[in-house]
Amino acid sequence: MIENDITIRIGGEAGMGLESSGAGFAKALVRGGLHVFGVPDFYSRIRGGHNFFTLRAACDPLFSIADPVHILLALDMESVRRHIADLVPGGAVVYDSKDPLSEALRREDVLAIPVALSQLAREIGGLELMRNTLALGIAAGLLEFDLSYVESIIRDNFAKKGEDVITSNLNVIHKGAEIAEAYKADFPFRLHAVPNAPQRILLNGTQAFSMGALAGGCRFVSGYPMTPGSPVLVWFAQNGAKYGAVAKHVEDEISAINMAIGAAIMGARALVPTSGGGYALMVEGTGFAGISETPVVIYNAQRPGPATGLPTRTEQADLLFMLHASQDEFPRMVLAPGTLEEAFHLGWYAFNVAERYQTPVMVLSDQFLADAFRSLEASGLDFDAVEIDRGALLTDADLDALTERYKRYQITESGISPRALPGHPNAIWVTESNEHDEYPRIEEDAQNRIAQQSKRMRKARPMAQDVPPPTWYGPEGAALTLVCWGSTYGPAREAVDRLNAQEAGAANLLHFSGLEPFPPTAEAELRKAHKTIVVEGNYTGQLEILIRARTGLSVDGHVRRFDGRPFRPEFILAGLQEA
Amino acid sequence: MVTRDDYRIDEKPTWCPGCGDYGILTALIRALVEHNIAPHELMIVTGIGCGSKLPQYMRVNGMHTLHGRPWPAAQGAKLANHGMRVIVVHGDGDGYGEGLGHFVHAVRRNPGVTEIVQNNKIYGLTKGQFSPTSEKGWKTSTSPYGSAEEPAQPLALAITHGATFVARGYPGELKHLIWLIGEALEHPGYALVDILQPCVSFNKPRAYEYYAERVYKLEDEAGYDPNNRTAAWERAQEWGEHIPIGIFYRAVPGPTFEMLDPVLKDSTPLVKRPLGKLGSAQVDSLLAKLR
Repeated sequence: MIENDITIRIGGEAGMGLESSGAGFAKALVRGGLHVFGVPDFYSRIRGGHNFFTLRAACDPLFSIADPVHILLALDMESVRRHIADLVPGGAVVYDSKDPLSEALRREDVLAIPVALSQLAREIGGLELMRNTLALGIAAGLLEFDLSYVESIIRDNFAKKGEDVITSNLNVIHKGAEIAEAYKADFPFRLHAVPNAPQRILLNGTQAFSMGALAGGCRFVSGYPMTPGSPVLVWFAQNGAKYGAVAKHVEDEISAINMAIGAAIMGARALVPTSGGGYALMVEGTGFAGISETPVVIYNAQRPGPATGLPTRTEQADLLFMLHASQDEFPRMVLAPGTLEEAFHLGWYAFNVAERYQTPVMVLSDQFLADAFRSLEASGLDFDAVEIDRGALLTDADLDALTERYKRYQITESGISPRALPGHPNAIWVTESNEHDEYPRIEEDAQNRIAQQSKRMRKARPMAQDVPPPTWYGPEGAALTLVCWGSTYGPAREAVDRLNAQEAGAANLLHFSGLEPFPPTAEAELRKAHKTIVVEGNYTGQLEILIRARTGLSVDGHVRRFDGRPFRPEFILAGLQEA
Repeated sequence: MVTRDDYRIDEKPTWCPGCGDYGILTALIRALVEHNIAPHELMIVTGIGCGSKLPQYMRVNGMHTLHGRPWPAAQGAKLANHGMRVIVVHGDGDGYGEGLGHFVHAVRRNPGVTEIVQNNKIYGLTKGQFSPTSEKGWKTSTSPYGSAEEPAQPLALAITHGATFVARGYPGELKHLIWLIGEALEHPGYALVDILQPCVSFNKPRAYEYYAERVYKLEDEAGYDPNNRTAAWERAQEWGEHIPIGIFYRAVPGPTFEMLDPVLKDSTPLVKRPLGKLGSAQVDSLLAKLR
């Protein structure tokens, strides 16, 4: 018997309820004391196409999905066609017996389990849609996973729908486990619950970032739906009101960012969630925030582009765009969380930096980080560590004591001007998008321009001290260093683990979650590496370009992916052979 | 009591002598004083263009934003601090051209914001191109053969999209304009005052002489009922020999955009609330959903 580290894939058409049933099953595994990593792979459509949800479970924490699949739950023949080759020898495929498996799709080394999925779901549960529940019941049975955890999820998820719905779902799950009994002897994989494990949580990057932002005092969110960024807008629309956060779905992304800027000038911590194409419309507003020194947080969950691109898929190709968006120059911070913990941490941290330096802060996520589920210890989201630092914000008492006309854009050594919020009789000013003097009056004088532009740009120096430095994973002085940014961290980390399992000290990982200002320690860290391979999700190697531009250092090779699919450890290891 | 001195600032406008914007600035300040609104209680949000520099020429809080974008910034400001009075000021190229979409969507929401439009039917700051409200066939540097477009109908658009206070003023009728702005300021919801702004440099055919001969006040017309939405919509499109000014349409507004928000409804403005860390009960309620 092989236990620990099992991957289940459930595939079918859009509209079959894969994501919700997959997420429910994932939660059951977590309640059963297992660690889980789940990734949806969806087409941009409401019905049809081919969607699948991959769920990996193990006793140890997981940071990625992996290639081999142990159980394929195929709700349609297309799922068999696409994924039968991914099954490990000894794996099982569950499919609807109404369509016979053609000779071409049969594998000698795979256990075929034909089940009248649709018919049984209708007969026992009363709904064809329950075939995915039936299939998951078969999977639980094959793996000998304790059904009581699945039952507890069904009771919680359908509590509002009443006892009848709960009972029919339970019946379907039990029927699945009963079917599995006949096949168990021929199936060598098991996934037993771990009793008395600490109570863990299951969440995705969208939730981690949203909760971080809320904890960090985000009280105003304006956005326009665009996959995969809009789940953050949806999260705030659904949860924000309870915690005092206003969330508005507005007419377009141009409106979204300018609304956020208006709210931020008044004093609200404001966020705009979007994806690359939506951010393209926010570029003008970003410049307005830059010159008017308005703190605003921009969240971009990247997807492949340009233009509409691949709406429901992943890529890391907006880095240089975010770094340079807007005409002319102003300081900005660009952050790229690699894990759920970092997404939460940078979620609140971004607002402190934005207010401290009175400038836009960008958080770069992507579809993979935004949508992939992972289990965490409950302490993984460190709410205790949250700090709210509003920077040089003048209090009412400060303003009461003001004897001269307030200078919103006062020239200071740090470049940071003490900031008032509108409404006090002693601080009356006009936020300016024109170049301006200290008060500010619109001013075109050359010396004034130099003074104000230099003042704004000076903020980049202290900002560089606040940008998260690159972090190491793995043994010091390893022969090979993988370099990555953002969501590539998880798969790269597992690739490093596998290399070190083969040969101790073979590899380590240098991960960037802060990219602008470029971390001052980056050059020294990179110089510690013997051989550097940059792993990133774009065609041209944007981190590689950035490293060369900021440090003058060249890397030794790269592994890149731009097919819209997330990195997997196997992809990286194969790429290293060629790098 | 608020006085005109409260709004006085030592700043000379960059407007041409005779520009209609002077009259609009004067009327606005006088209306604010008459209605006892102090500068620190007020936020004037403008776009980009000659007229949008207006908050620089009075002592007042302002946001001089981007061309076409004053409306989004103004709504964000109002949502963040609904205790503050917000006025949007923009020109026709700005708010009816680049910002026409934002204008319509803002009207649909009924924010508690007053909108004042310096409508001179031309692009002045860029030296004389036809604008969204220029009459069809208008010859300018970018329409040498005459513009092909029908003029936009902002008043009719506003009425169509649910506005409950829609008016037009003219700085040549200053007292009337002060009164209109004052009525708009007192309206408990979104209010539009579109103003015929003579541009003496780049739109000479639509300067004072043209309007002086044609404008008439709806208030002087016996039997004009500003509560009749259909009649108002039709009258809003009258143009030519006779040009109506005054209140086209007025009705009791529903709740504002701010007051429909579950967080803001009948409550302290967002920015006046303490900003602290989440309490342990709040954290627990967030985590409970993830178990």
